[in-house]
Amino acid sequence: MDGGVVDGDGPDGDFIRLERVEKVFEVRTRTGLLRRERRRVRAVDSISFTVARGEMVGYIGPNGAGKSTTIKMLTGILTPSGGRLRVAGIDPSRERTRLAQRIGVVFGQRTTLWWDLPLIDSYRLMHRMYRIPDRRYRENLDRCVELLELESLLDVPVRQLSLGQRMRGDIVAALLHDPQVLYLDEPTIGLDVVSKARVRDFLRELNAERGTTVLLTTHDLQDIEQLCSRVMVIDQGRLMYDGPLAGLHEVGDSERTLVVDLEREMPPIEAPPARVVRVEGPRQWLAFPASESAAPLVAHIAATCPLVDLSVREPDIEAVIARMLHRLEGAADPAPERAVS
Amino acid sequence: MGTGRLYAAVAASGFRRYATYRTATAAGVFTNSVFGLILAYTYLAVWNERPHLGGYDQSQALTFVWVSQGLLMTVAVFGGGFEEELIERIRTGDVAVDLYRPVDLQGWWLASDLGRALFHLLGRGVVPLVFGALLFPLALPASPLTWAAFVLAVGLGVVVSFAIRFVVALSAFWLLDGAGVAQLAGLTAVFCSGMLLPLNVFPGTLGEVVRLLPWSALLQAPVDVLLGVADPLPTYGFQIAWAVVLLGVGRLVQSAATRRVVVQGG
Amino acid sequence: MYEGLRAYGLITAMWIRSTMAYRASFVMTTLGNFAATGLDFVAIMLMFSRIDSLGGYRLPEVAFLYGLSATAFGFADLVLGSMDRLGRRVRDGTLDTLLVRPAPVLAQVAADRFGLRRLGRIVQGVLVLGYAVVSLDLAWTPSKVLMVLLALLSGAAIFCAVFVAGAAFQFVAQDASEVQNSFTYGGQTLLQYPPTVFAKELVRGVTFVLPLAFVNWLPALYVLGRPYPLDLPAWLAFAPPLVAAACCALAMLAWRAGLRSYRSTGS
Repeated sequence: MDGGVVDGDGPDGDFIRLERVEKVFEVRTRTGLLRRERRRVRAVDSISFTVARGEMVGYIGPNGAGKSTTIKMLTGILTPSGGRLRVAGIDPSRERTRLAQRIGVVFGQRTTLWWDLPLIDSYRLMHRMYRIPDRRYRENLDRCVELLELESLLDVPVRQLSLGQRMRGDIVAALLHDPQVLYLDEPTIGLDVVSKARVRDFLRELNAERGTTVLLTTHDLQDIEQLCSRVMVIDQGRLMYDGPLAGLHEVGDSERTLVVDLEREMPPIEAPPARVVRVEGPRQWLAFPASESAAPLVAHIAATCPLVDLSVREPDIEAVIARMLHRLEGAADPAPERAVS
Repeated sequence: MGTGRLYAAVAASGFRRYATYRTATAAGVFTNSVFGLILAYTYLAVWNERPHLGGYDQSQALTFVWVSQGLLMTVAVFGGGFEEELIERIRTGDVAVDLYRPVDLQGWWLASDLGRALFHLLGRGVVPLVFGALLFPLALPASPLTWAAFVLAVGLGVVVSFAIRFVVALSAFWLLDGAGVAQLAGLTAVFCSGMLLPLNVFPGTLGEVVRLLPWSALLQAPVDVLLGVADPLPTYGFQIAWAVVLLGVGRLVQSAATRRVVVQGG
Repeated sequence: MYEGLRAYGLITAMWIRSTMAYRASFVMTTLGNFAATGLDFVAIMLMFSRIDSLGGYRLPEVAFLYGLSATAFGFADLVLGSMDRLGRRVRDGTLDTLLVRPAPVLAQVAADRFGLRRLGRIVQGVLVLGYAVVSLDLAWTPSKVLMVLLALLSGAAIFCAVFVAGAAFQFVAQDASEVQNSFTYGGQTLLQYPPTVFAKELVRGVTFVLPLAFVNWLPALYVLGRPYPLDLPAWLAFAPPLVAAACCALAMLAWRAGLRSYRSTGS
């Protein structure tokens, strides 16, 4: 039992630990005017993994795959139906409030800030609700506000903030009590490019500076690319992939697209391994493997063609996952493979 | 022809929109029945004290309780849902789009509210009345003609109710706090419709005044038609007169609002 | 318990500040609340304009019943009045944001949307109670004064229990907030009138099953020196604190069961 572990931390290698964790829901569906059918649905089906202290992990999968159910079990919202689950040595569902002191949660589309009050008021509430020592609170607030450029917004009512500003505000609110783990649910959804970049920079900084463990779910492949050394893919309640992003691209054969604007119309550019997939006047689309860097390709084109402008389009995460899952389907053992640890 | 079908479709969607909330409907029926029970006993005591108060006998008073519990959602005494939406659209400025649509704003919302009312008549009206009829001796008419006359009066009551609420919602163009006005309007409706106490029980001049106000077209008029206390034709005349006046006011307010939107540059 | 009250206080303070951001609207909604909740007494006055007694009770006596139940309910409504929004929170998933906070969920849900405007209901209840006390012409003894205070406190606690139990039910049926209304607002309406008005079965139900009768009927009848319709002994008028404690305990159990079921089913 974990009675011997006093302050929660197991060895750093298993700061978060799931052993054959399951969540079974009973779903009632209406089959007639009055008849209902009960059905058991395995939202999470025997998932095991560990996350070391200070890791940044992306947790992705199609909608309804079991992502948010897993996060809800990790944050103590839901009780698992089976298996063993520990976060910082704490059984989340048993000791919900003790765990709450050590985790920060950001729900992408549900702000926890106070709509009609200045931003700072929400932070003052966190200060008191989490009983954060005054000095820590000041330091954390100053640091976060500086990094996320929120100084000028502290006295602005939340309802007047833009989506990006609000998201940054929510992230700060989740970090004031020095959580050891930060769960982010779609932290960049709906944000403009600048806000996205600022959020990502901040998370990297946070992770480097304080060693905060970060687990994030996202639909934005760039989030994962720029933040996570490791990605887990879940589908139909099962862990389908656990490893670096590059490995995911390999498994999924995914491609990025380079959009090139030339000075004039030209024949399709030759630049293996990239291949031209579309030409429209002076604009050409080149697809290349997502696991490769775009830099040599861009250098090659710039050297050989009259280049005006270019942009890189990321593969759609859904498409990558769909291809990966399709590939794995045929395999004899769909058990999780751990490419690199 | 085309617009007729359009309004029918709008009404149907208003119906469906409320029909989706089955549990809420069941819960609402339960609440109406509980309040009906409490009021029925209270009225019994009142009419025990003064038989034939307001020209009702005891069973007519009980019928008033259960029919009004069944109708209060249909004629939207407390407000019918579309006002909040319209007030919100006015607040955000989205209403400018509605005003420039080829369909008429008032007609659109009226159709939608009629659909809603039909659902509430069936979903919220029937069960409390049946429940009340099982527990108490009600004075329900035997003739299907009286029932038909009653349903028509209910329909006209819904139109009057809509006409009032439409004006209330449009006041949000000029007043900052549309919700406050809606609340005030709800209070007035509860007091003046018979929801609080049958209007024929109101004392003296107060009674005479409230019976002339448009709110008496909502609840009091249909119930009196059902009870055979009021002649249908003059009742219809009263309801139609108020409907015409209030819909006309709504028209005027709407065109003033449209001008305002145009002046403000949309 | 302390943690819960502390969290409740913190969150409530935030809502009050939010309310004060729109002062004019606060004044209007408080007046509206006062007027809306006072309409019930207007109905009673209208009735008494045509009759002299209702179920054997004169206007000041009915006003006494009304004042006690409206004030007690007003306190419960002020403290827990937004608990009927729980179903909505379950449906839209925002309940989860409360579950990741280091504070009891009940306290957070109870403080949610704390509406100071609900003071309007208390004010009209107290006014009617004051009118009743002045016009009743009773020989006030210390035990009768104590009884009034006891009734207000226990009554508020009993209604609080009803609010909590109703919210617990919404874990199971999320659209059923109206059912809760029939026990809270409906119960309050019932208690405004003398028990002699109602059928024996109904009086039995609200005495022994859902013990709303202990909110004001039994204490008020003691103060007014009238017998209780079910021939219950007079000392039962002193039972409200015990009944309130039992109701609160049961409501807590229901709440825990509801929350446990939410955390195991997620819906």
